[in-house]
Amino acid sequence: MNLLDVRGLTTAFMTGSGEVNAIEEVSFSIREGEILGIVGESGSGKSVTALTVMGLLPQPPARVAAGEVIFGGQNLTRMSDRQMRSIRGPGISMIFQEPMTSLNPVFSIGDQVMETIAAHERLSQSDLRKRAIDMLDKVGIPSAARRLDDYPHQMSGGQRQRVMIAMALACNPKLLIADEPTTALDVTIQAQILDLLMDLRDEFGMAIMIITHNMGVIAETADRVLVMYAGRVIEEAPVAGIFDRPLHPYTRGLLECVPSLVEDKPRLVAIPGTLPEPARRPPGCRFAPRCVHAQPACTAAIPSLELLEPTHTAACFRARELAPA
Amino acid sequence: MTTPLVEATGLAKHFEIGGGGLFGLRKGVSLRAVDEVSLRIMAGETLGLVGESGCGKSTLGRLLLRLIEPTAGRIAFDGKDITGLGRMEMRAVRRSMQIIFQDPYGALNPRMSVEDIIGEPLIIHGARPGAETRKQVTQMLEKVGLPARALDRFPHEFSGGQRQRIGIARALILHPRLIVCDEAVSALDVSVQAQIVNLLQDLQREMGLTYLFIAHDLSVVRHISDRVAVMYLGKVVEVADKKTIYSAPLHPYTRALIAAVPAQHPAQRSRGMRERIAGDIPSALNPPSGCRFHTRCPHVMAVCRERAPALTEPAPGHRVACHLTEMPKA
Repeated sequence: MNLLDVRGLTTAFMTGSGEVNAIEEVSFSIREGEILGIVGESGSGKSVTALTVMGLLPQPPARVAAGEVIFGGQNLTRMSDRQMRSIRGPGISMIFQEPMTSLNPVFSIGDQVMETIAAHERLSQSDLRKRAIDMLDKVGIPSAARRLDDYPHQMSGGQRQRVMIAMALACNPKLLIADEPTTALDVTIQAQILDLLMDLRDEFGMAIMIITHNMGVIAETADRVLVMYAGRVIEEAPVAGIFDRPLHPYTRGLLECVPSLVEDKPRLVAIPGTLPEPARRPPGCRFAPRCVHAQPACTAAIPSLELLEPTHTAACFRARELAPA
Repeated sequence: MTTPLVEATGLAKHFEIGGGGLFGLRKGVSLRAVDEVSLRIMAGETLGLVGESGCGKSTLGRLLLRLIEPTAGRIAFDGKDITGLGRMEMRAVRRSMQIIFQDPYGALNPRMSVEDIIGEPLIIHGARPGAETRKQVTQMLEKVGLPARALDRFPHEFSGGQRQRIGIARALILHPRLIVCDEAVSALDVSVQAQIVNLLQDLQREMGLTYLFIAHDLSVVRHISDRVAVMYLGKVVEVADKKTIYSAPLHPYTRALIAAVPAQHPAQRSRGMRERIAGDIPSALNPPSGCRFHTRCPHVMAVCRERAPALTEPAPGHRVACHLTEMPKA
């Protein structure tokens, strides 16, 4: 059964020049214990998708213009703030890119972890403390009991992200949304945090939605992948399908334009042009102006996601004809 | 490619932190951002400089251009010692050395037109504003792939990638010989990053440029560099040509750094397969004794805690600072 079903989600923002859709007709699902990777460049709408699911966008200026988010049989987009609070934590939890700004600098680590637990469970002060130590221990903070009274500035970026993960896991969520969880971290620390997320999934069986611009992070973690471009989902497949048989020209471009760690390429295959801003998206297929395969039909209408292989969908008019044999 | 364009010898930069207090009585601590680094950049090559945050790679780049003053050591540019040059003499040398910054949003003055931004170095070095300057700026715009109509526009009208092109044009307008690229493509989306990397390579070929390419992305560095230097906590721990450093690295830190790069295919997932180094990068304010990597090194020995390893050359052109390679092979 699906843990989360997002159907036709469109989120619009009121701007100085009228309402602009940040994401359009986004549909996907996550099964229990599954790691779904959402990959895209800036302005692709991957973070807006996550924040809409979490109900964390300020309304106004944001507005869910269409679609629904079904979690545990309930439509989250219809929920009151109060109802959403009971979903966040035990249902869905989230960690962010910047572990420094996500923690309050004037409270100790222990206070913040304990506050999160206390918000959802009634426990005595000493039990709270025990649980907090236990959580910090699980996420690999060395000598957790001693670090409990430390403040965020006394910890490194990697440790702060571990604390954020501890807080997110404090209520045993069924789904953890990780929005660029390692982007601000150094590569050796990134490897540790990705390992930790995978270990925790195996231990607690929670599902993870990992949002990233880095195809490497996807290759390391995801079971299934959603590729987004300019506010729309343009391809979806199990992770091997995305890397072995990318069907959308943009996905192919994304994979080709990064240099390799083992193989010599005389020249990188760049995608020409730039990413469109949300208010200035081109008509038809959003990728058409940058696509080497574009034809007149591509700018006339927006291609919808089509099932091209049993578990593989792509939104491209020419995907079938261009698909590798 | 046999003459060094830049040669640093025993270069160090220590920042004094804290201290002062009432009557300057409180004792400060010294942050050794760059500690006794000796390095050569050959004319026409690209030297990649990698390391994690706080390792001193950006400080080293700025030291080589004398944008900040070294605490100790010497810098020679084109065979001439520039460490002690005065302001006016240094200005003349600066024609030949330029820098491109990471943040294409912060590095350009928002109140200046593109023409003024790119032409400013010409004016500073004695050109008069006018048709000739405008012509040179237009030619440079074309070289970096921007249309001439960009001249009268302002930075906010451009995307990140286009802004980086403007930054490159400004750095190249004086026809320098050395360019320090300080995380020049790190802030860009990958599809745009590839365009800028290609552009930098084209310009290098066309104008005979020498690059110091500072970055934390090991794949990009491998692609663009001829040789690579690895820094850890203010020290260069390994230098070699790129093939050697990526296929046969000697320093445990270099190995760990390469092992930590995410896989390029899900079939090569590194979890549980590759050696991970534990722990965090120690504070540069209080670096570990002996070899600075010893707190995270999987092969740590007693000597590593006591004595810092010297940079040795186990093979021609391959230099490494590690007690493991210092020891005679059993």
